[in-house]
Amino acid sequence: MATTHTKTAARLMMSPSVILLLIWMAVPLATTIYFSTLNYNLLMPGVHNFIGFQNYKYFLTDPAFLTSIWNTLVLVVGVLLITVVGGIGLALLIDQPIYGQNIVRILVIAPFFVMPTVSALVWKNMFMNPVNGLFAWLWHLVGLQPVDWLAQAPLLSIIIIVAWGWLPFATLIILTALQSLDEEQKEAAEMDGASAFSRFWYITLPHLSRALTVVILIQTIFLLAIFAEILVTTNGGPGNLSTNLTYLVYTQALLQFDVGSASAGGIVAVILANIVAIFLIRLVGKNLET
Amino acid sequence: MARSVPQSRKITFTIIAWLVALLIFFPILWTFLTSFKTEGEAVAVPPHFLFFDWTSVNYEQVWDRSNYPLFFLNSVVISIGSTVLGLVVAIPAAWAMAFSPTKHTKDVLMWMLSTKMLPAVGVLVPIYLFLRNVGLLDTRIALVVIMMLINLPIIVWMLFTYFKEIPGDILEAARMDGATLGKEIVYILTPMAIPGIASTLLLNVILAWNEAFWTINLTASNAAPLTAFIASFSAPEGLFYAKLSAASTMAIAPILILGWFSQKQLVRGLTFGAVK
Repeated sequence: MATTHTKTAARLMMSPSVILLLIWMAVPLATTIYFSTLNYNLLMPGVHNFIGFQNYKYFLTDPAFLTSIWNTLVLVVGVLLITVVGGIGLALLIDQPIYGQNIVRILVIAPFFVMPTVSALVWKNMFMNPVNGLFAWLWHLVGLQPVDWLAQAPLLSIIIIVAWGWLPFATLIILTALQSLDEEQKEAAEMDGASAFSRFWYITLPHLSRALTVVILIQTIFLLAIFAEILVTTNGGPGNLSTNLTYLVYTQALLQFDVGSASAGGIVAVILANIVAIFLIRLVGKNLET
Repeated sequence: MARSVPQSRKITFTIIAWLVALLIFFPILWTFLTSFKTEGEAVAVPPHFLFFDWTSVNYEQVWDRSNYPLFFLNSVVISIGSTVLGLVVAIPAAWAMAFSPTKHTKDVLMWMLSTKMLPAVGVLVPIYLFLRNVGLLDTRIALVVIMMLINLPIIVWMLFTYFKEIPGDILEAARMDGATLGKEIVYILTPMAIPGIASTLLLNVILAWNEAFWTINLTASNAAPLTAFIASFSAPEGLFYAKLSAASTMAIAPILILGWFSQKQLVRGLTFGAVK
């Protein structure tokens, strides 16, 4: 019938999106791969000769690279631990019959809407500052020596700042999943004498599995690319103690103007992100069929 | 008696939940309160929580001495501009995928999602050099386009999940009655699709407003939005807590209010429809 007509129309309607994304993905990525094989520094104009894999060798053997991979890992895992465990706890708490549930939810979700530069600076100055920060005051109250958070525990400080922003996200998604849990099933288990813990372990947690997987995978994608929080708090320091892969590539490119090496680093970041992405794509793909 | 037990339980949980919620919200509340203090009072020991001389002097100073209106305008233009442009490109695509799916539709959607996972640093260098060479570095138009491309996969996905819920039977009935494609879109689809489009708009404006990688790296003074403006407080000015707080409050207030309206859509949009 009119199917061929509809199909052509459908293709036409999809093509702008597809073409734009194709260009956006392929052209810069191909250029990055090309740059990564060149000896190309913006401070030496006119020189861009082919040097094969030397940029990769330089980038991968730079001690800062291993540190940055480790820091990236610690950041992602640390934030995930706090947000997933905290998110389950918070969601269970808010899901109880309480007064003012909507207002509680509004208060809890708020940090997610705070832009990263604001949250990082507010935490850095008004909470973690060793002289004027609120933490310093609290530490004094209980008779402890104030901690210079960003100098003494830079990575932990950044984990706290980032986790504060993502905890609401985890909580909101877990809460949404919790609210779709069949109450009758829980009540039946309760009547059968199941304890609160075993009800959580055998009924609630399995029900949350999809929501938790989504939380972990989506957060991982964003957490691999943490940038602004590091830029405005520690600048990757002291030394490179809080430099993650994204920040390392940024320093190579826009501070040292080493296009070749930065491109090699960018490609390494792409490969690592792809490993994570494969899992997420599969998960969402499965979901699409149901 | 039987009822008083759940009641006391409810009160206990209410108190715990409110305490935890206030603790999580506290940094925002504290920023808001500090923005109305004098600089001296902002660093007072012990800190003054509510009883201080409220002043609006910080807001006046941030407004007068910095280019706040320009940054604000840039944020508005970039976030709304990129989202509207994205919708224009994405609505036909999502419509086609939701109503005339082929066996490749799923693959196309998956591929779009995968572009979202490309780390920005992987393409930062060529984009930066390209914009510099064509003289578009630090311009709003460049950021509108880039932010549109970054959020396009989410926009298509969100629209797709909303459009999919519009019953296809209605469209078929309209087709039987001889409605053309154009009429179908204007009279049947649009009214049913508007809530989904509005949600998509809201969430993507929020995402674009808070985006802080491209906006910081591709702007200097002309096109810098609020994310970059606040980043400029990282060095000595950041020690002026009251002014930092006033600037921060002005940067987050509009989007916080929008965000509170979009809680439900947020879950759906950011999980690509996997959790509803």
